[in-house]
Amino acid sequence: MSTSINKNTPASDMTIGGNIYEAGNAIEFKTGDWRSIKPKYISEKCTQCGLCFPVCPDDAIPVGEDQKRKDFNYDYCKGCGVCAKVCPFNAIEMVDEG
Amino acid sequence: MGIRERLSGNEAAAIAMKQINPDVVAAFPITPSTEIPQYFSTFVSNGAVDTEFVAVESEHSAMSACVGAEAAGARAMTATSANGLSYMWEMIYIASSLRLPIVMSLVNRAVSGPLNIHCDHSDAMGVRDSGWIMLFSENNQEAYDNLIMAHRIAEHKDVLLPLMVCQDGFITSHSIENIELIEDDKVKEFVGTYKPEHYLLNEKEPIAIGPLDVQSYLFEHKYQQAEAMRNAKKVINEVAKDFEKMTGRKYSFFEEYQMEDADIAIVCMNSTAGTVKTVVDELRANGIKAGLVKVRMFRPFPAEEIATALGNVKAVAIMDKSDSLNGAGGALFEDVTSAMYVNQKQVPAVSYVYGIGGRDTTAKDIHEVYSSLQEVVKEGKVTNPYRYVGLRK
Repeated sequence: MSTSINKNTPASDMTIGGNIYEAGNAIEFKTGDWRSIKPKYISEKCTQCGLCFPVCPDDAIPVGEDQKRKDFNYDYCKGCGVCAKVCPFNAIEMVDEG
Repeated sequence: MGIRERLSGNEAAAIAMKQINPDVVAAFPITPSTEIPQYFSTFVSNGAVDTEFVAVESEHSAMSACVGAEAAGARAMTATSANGLSYMWEMIYIASSLRLPIVMSLVNRAVSGPLNIHCDHSDAMGVRDSGWIMLFSENNQEAYDNLIMAHRIAEHKDVLLPLMVCQDGFITSHSIENIELIEDDKVKEFVGTYKPEHYLLNEKEPIAIGPLDVQSYLFEHKYQQAEAMRNAKKVINEVAKDFEKMTGRKYSFFEEYQMEDADIAIVCMNSTAGTVKTVVDELRANGIKAGLVKVRMFRPFPAEEIATALGNVKAVAIMDKSDSLNGAGGALFEDVTSAMYVNQKQVPAVSYVYGIGGRDTTAKDIHEVYSSLQEVVKEGKVTNPYRYVGLRK
């Protein structure tokens, strides 16, 4: 369906207006290459307070079964820096993409 | 056998909307279409319809509300004119590209400036490439009939495009003429219930409408719109056939008046066609083989059919009630002559711009156009193809 549409799909097989008929498909859209600066996770400073992952506008801060955040998933991080701003412990540092 | 009434074009449009009983009407007043939402809001207040009437603060919001309502799964309608349509412009394209079959009553008026509230077709011509189906109406009866047919066309699964029904501001919208209305129950049955396949308020199918459409996709989506426009031709004919069964009134892509053996012909749209018919009758009484092609379906444009209809005349004048200001004739002229060139019909053709800003176009003016066509036939060529009628040069 809509999630299997790619840049080789002919017009006759595409949904009208670009409509997406399945929910939860943002995971298909990897936006990491939009990034010019990236967040660096400093795990020794992190207290697992839980403030960063809810503010991530995408899916770049994975949280495990143990309720603890893991290192960034750069496939989805656009480098917006909101997580770094919200972190009270300087556990996220924005650095040049390089 | 119908209900005989006498109504203005605006009243006719409002009554069509009452009988259609859409889920949502969002509109903002602007001369000369103001009366349509005005009359309709009284139907809402009196409980004659179940419609949610959204009294928006602008036409941009009117079309936005229609887009939202239609995407949600509702049947939405609006009405506007001139600068109101200009103010909708951004959302006009959103409506068609999201394939939302919104139906609009467009009461044609000159787009300012300088400020003018009277009839010409510059508003409609401004959106001729926006992906809306555009039906033009000679009088109140056709404005009413086209609206009754509108949803069946727009909502067809092979079409799914918004549709506007045009009528001439003041000339049609404010003139009271005889009309035959269809009984409420027959309209209800004819129009049917709107059952969209996908819609936002369907809790069983969460969907996204209007996502980002990058380089790899927009081209194909525009092609889909063009294909839908091509499909609309068949659907417009099918719906017209059903409509004829119900009312006896026949509708085609365009009306051919005295065209079977015509030597000279005028092509025009909306109310002017009535004046042209009178002149054709007068000329025919004097043995002059004059004819008229009155375009009803302007979008999609019936290129092949119109080329065939005009293929055997000796000269044709295409009359535009809007100047494209390109130094090369009006929009209808361009479409007709392009259609004829592509279909290899070589007929001397003249562009006439007329009736700008509500300038009255009389039978005398139309006689002048036919006389000039006789001159073209006599000379066998067109020396000045870009002409005006009723203008002080």
